[in-house]
Amino acid sequence: MATEVHSLQELRRSASLATKVFVQRDYSDGTTCQFQTKFPPELESRIERHLFEETVKTLNGFYAEAEKIGGSSYLEGCLACTTAYFIFLCMETHYEKVLKKISKYIQEQNEKIYAPRGLLLTDPLERGMRVMILSKAQIEISIYEDRCSSGSSSSGSSSSSSGGGGGGVGGR
Amino acid sequence: MSVMVARKKVVRKWEKLPGRNTFCCDGRIMMARQKGIFYLTLFLILGTCALFFAFECRYLAVQLSPAIPVFAAVLFLFAMATLLRTSFSDPGVIPRALPDEAAFIEMEIEATNGTVPQGQRPPPRIKNFQINNQIVKLKYCYTCKIFRPPRASHCSICDNCVERFDHHCPWVGNCVGKRNYRYFYLFILSLSLLTIYIFTFNIVYVALKSLKIGFLNTLKETPGTYPSMVLICFFTLWSVVGLTGFHTFLVALNQTTNEDIKGSWTGKNRVQNPYSHGNVVKNCCEVLCGPLPPSVLDRRGILQQEESTAQEESCPRGPSAQEPTAAQGPGGQAEESSAQQKDGSLPHLTAVPVPSLSNAEMPEEKQLTSGELPVPSQDAGQAEH
Repeated sequence: MATEVHSLQELRRSASLATKVFVQRDYSDGTTCQFQTKFPPELESRIERHLFEETVKTLNGFYAEAEKIGGSSYLEGCLACTTAYFIFLCMETHYEKVLKKISKYIQEQNEKIYAPRGLLLTDPLERGMRVMILSKAQIEISIYEDRCSSGSSSSGSSSSSSGGGGGGVGGR
Repeated sequence: MSVMVARKKVVRKWEKLPGRNTFCCDGRIMMARQKGIFYLTLFLILGTCALFFAFECRYLAVQLSPAIPVFAAVLFLFAMATLLRTSFSDPGVIPRALPDEAAFIEMEIEATNGTVPQGQRPPPRIKNFQINNQIVKLKYCYTCKIFRPPRASHCSICDNCVERFDHHCPWVGNCVGKRNYRYFYLFILSLSLLTIYIFTFNIVYVALKSLKIGFLNTLKETPGTYPSMVLICFFTLWSVVGLTGFHTFLVALNQTTNEDIKGSWTGKNRVQNPYSHGNVVKNCCEVLCGPLPPSVLDRRGILQQEESTAQEESCPRGPSAQEPTAAQGPGGQAEESSAQQKDGSLPHLTAVPVPSLSNAEMPEEKQLTSGELPVPSQDAGQAEH
């Protein structure tokens, strides 16, 4: 019975949620997008504090970079204004570029740090930048066995996703 | 031997979004439901400019300078571009909380407020935050089931929470919020300039012609255009120019119309505006040239629904033939690719219905759609304009 972790996509699909930990926004700096670095107590046994804090701090840094008001953002804004914003049809904004960097970083963090500990970090963009979710994923070995035996077996995997009633399948 | 035919019906996320918006061009365009006044705006602008270009420009280009119609055309195109950008873009709608997040927030609220005895009104759901040494209250939105970020407000017309909500503009047919405020401001600014320009050159045209053929003869030549143009220009001038002045004042102080109307930052015992940089130039630069966040709604993302139909009657699959595979809420590329990979790599899994999984999905879907229905008793109290 090999407990192999297959690809991250399969992990998302087969994840069953016992609990989800919600990391809320930190509005103490105004409307800029920052997340609370306070370590949630539910993760105490799952992941080291400094790893979590480092992830959140790096993400906060990325968001601050995206929303930075400075020379380059003014230049982009003025250039766009002079072209009546048609330039955005061909060019990506600085913010969009940083958001792509962020999703790459989150994927990398999931692969290196969170998936080995049975956790899954969702991109806040999927939730309207309101909240970051750490879901506890449980890998069900029965899925792989049943899938090989016959076609009628996904009930094996779905019965384990009893926690999914409120939350849906992982990664949401 | 049954042959399964899986038909993929591509449903995009905009089709399932709650709120009272209309979407066009397969989710690329987003507007409010009532568009009548927007069509009036278009008609007035196009009509006035058409009359100007048709009648007066020819004379003025010859008599004075060909730069006159050229500059008018540039102003007109800029005003139209910014108007369409304002009307068609997402103003900064905050997606509603999915059931898991809503449940978590409810739990947090109950933990802070404790259980309320029967018959008593529950305390208002407010969170206090300190921003730049000022205490700012975050209110809970009963419709969207979230604590609204600072400066966000719920538009009762569109039934959405909008970030940095300014106002709902019927002339533009959309809310004005964080993502389209600069387009709105540039629209009213360019429209003011265009109106002043056309009005001025109307008068110049009448004056020039009157010098040649007399005032009464000038009016006799084209009886229809002058009164309508002058009336439109005159009335538009006072309203649009006034509005531009008001919004220039708001931009300089980094305030929204909503905050100004509610008097959030004025008065003796009130909090001072914590978002203002204190410097007019800095405020203008931030509001008009600051970074533009992309839409978090993901309107064109795909919600895949596979309908497997058995060709032979002897395979009763029941109601669970439908298998929603992708996320219900706004999702990124990862969601799409995971759904696609699933379809590609495990064909027999997708063909087999998953009863309990789809049952687990159904309540979530139902909850999303019930969010579309307005809840009058709660909304009336809470919805802010």
